[in-house]
Amino acid sequence: MSLFDHTIKQLEEKLHNKEITVEDLVNESYTRIKEVDDQVHAFLTLDEENARAKAKELDASEATASLFGMPSGIKDNIMTKGLRTTCASQFLDNFTDPLYDATVVQKLNKEQTVTIGKLNMDEFAMGSSNENSSYNPTRNPWNTDHVPGGSSGGSAAAVAAGEVLFSLGSDTGGSIRQPAAFCGVVGMKPTYGRVSRAGLVAFASSLDQIGPITRTVEDNARVLEVIAGHDAMDSTSANVEVSKYTEALTNDVKGLKIAVPKEYLAEGVAPEVKESVLEALKVYESLGATWEEVSLPHSKYAVATYYLLSSSEASANLARFDGVRYGVRSENADNMIDMFKNSRSEGFGPEVKRRIMLGTFALSSGYYDAYYKKAQKVRTLIKNDFDKIFEEYDVIIGPTTPTKAFKVGENTDDPLTMYANDILTIPVNLAGVPGISIPCGFTEDRLPIGLQIIGKYFDESTVYRTAHAFEQATEHHKKRPQLGGAN
Amino acid sequence: MADISKEQVKHVADLARLAVTDEEVKTMADELSAIIGYAEQLNELDTEGVEPTTHVLDLKNVMRKDEPKEWITHEEAMKNAPDQQDGQYRVPSIMADN
Repeated sequence: MSLFDHTIKQLEEKLHNKEITVEDLVNESYTRIKEVDDQVHAFLTLDEENARAKAKELDASEATASLFGMPSGIKDNIMTKGLRTTCASQFLDNFTDPLYDATVVQKLNKEQTVTIGKLNMDEFAMGSSNENSSYNPTRNPWNTDHVPGGSSGGSAAAVAAGEVLFSLGSDTGGSIRQPAAFCGVVGMKPTYGRVSRAGLVAFASSLDQIGPITRTVEDNARVLEVIAGHDAMDSTSANVEVSKYTEALTNDVKGLKIAVPKEYLAEGVAPEVKESVLEALKVYESLGATWEEVSLPHSKYAVATYYLLSSSEASANLARFDGVRYGVRSENADNMIDMFKNSRSEGFGPEVKRRIMLGTFALSSGYYDAYYKKAQKVRTLIKNDFDKIFEEYDVIIGPTTPTKAFKVGENTDDPLTMYANDILTIPVNLAGVPGISIPCGFTEDRLPIGLQIIGKYFDESTVYRTAHAFEQATEHHKKRPQLGGAN
Repeated sequence: MADISKEQVKHVADLARLAVTDEEVKTMADELSAIIGYAEQLNELDTEGVEPTTHVLDLKNVMRKDEPKEWITHEEAMKNAPDQQDGQYRVPSIMADN
């Protein structure tokens, strides 16, 4: 049994009773990483020396902070002062000395977590499989022939493989929830504006959110309590009070009104996924909740809307990578414009270039109204669909992904097939509401299936309560992948 | 079906400050045509009179007081630079030699 089979609360007790030390927890991480990370490739950079020093320091001090001594992994698009931050891009391969910590990292540090290292991802968070990492792509701990999902594939795989207790990911169109589903862990995308984006390398600023990935709903709620909140450094962060999410875990869903969009169980959703979700709804019925079929009629337009909007925003955000102030500069240029062009072309991978091209096209003169503005209007229709459902229901439930984790290489030929993977997660980002993925079953070949629970704006409490009640009534979250090593 | 020409790809690549090979131009023309073609399904929807959503929260301009405060030092700002001289970022020539 791994120490990370315990919850934060249990580990806190063990620390308090002197059964374990922070050094033991940190040791658990690095031992496990040495055992399995040559198969999983979850980490891009380790911070072992500092982490071990911090563990010693914490062991000599009094435990007062709320995540005292908890080993965490940070997605590599979140800035960590003095710790290499690459976004899994060759462009930032030499970015070894970032100047500041992202607000979320400052908040974790304040609560005395220990950062174990930086986690692999699709380059600049663009992708659904981790195959767009410009380093060794992460593999699924449940079966290393399969992808872990993306873009926060490293963040989900590291938690599933028992390499860290929790991790942070970022979610623009499903990048926390989809890998959480594929790796059988709990991943939360909070309401847009709930968590500060200051220090998150921007992909699509109107959609990006940082959130926690954990093994249990309770731990997830606990980490969100720490990282959520208004931040003067992010003008889009919301000045809305942060609830005590852990206090929402009452196990009581009697009378809860669940909406199940028919579009989320339609053609294209694998039968085993659909069955698993219907089973989950039976569990909710047995717990006293009710569900009804509803419609989110504009769902089928979400993928097109998303790719136009997110790529447009990305094309503007990624303009900062010019090879002047940081990052890699091309050696092959004798004037400045060629230096920009060659640095970018040598530093960015194919998917990043594709999206910059798509976004630049959609924003260019003569096409702006037809593509970008049209997509913004459709975004309004998609948001209205959610608003209407939430007038009557407490949560929306469906699958997180249409299928189980696919095989490495299976979807790389056609960008559109890869994009379709995110059809059930994208609408949530477009509307800006919170959504979580929790394990709700396994396929015959023992790959995890994820249940998605979507809530009202800033009502993460109800999402967590709903997720927790199901988790406590089932055993899925207790299953572990069979990797090599002691676990 | 949208048809994005190689000339358009070259123009967009120039706007995006990307250097592209002839082969890439061809691939990108095909891929962008397919993606834009797919996106044209949005034209099925009547969006007459629908307000565009740029942002989901009801936020107005967020202002703070314009007060100087400690941030990073000059030295720190330079330390990740690929090339520098006399405390400034060094880049290739901007104007052609005549």
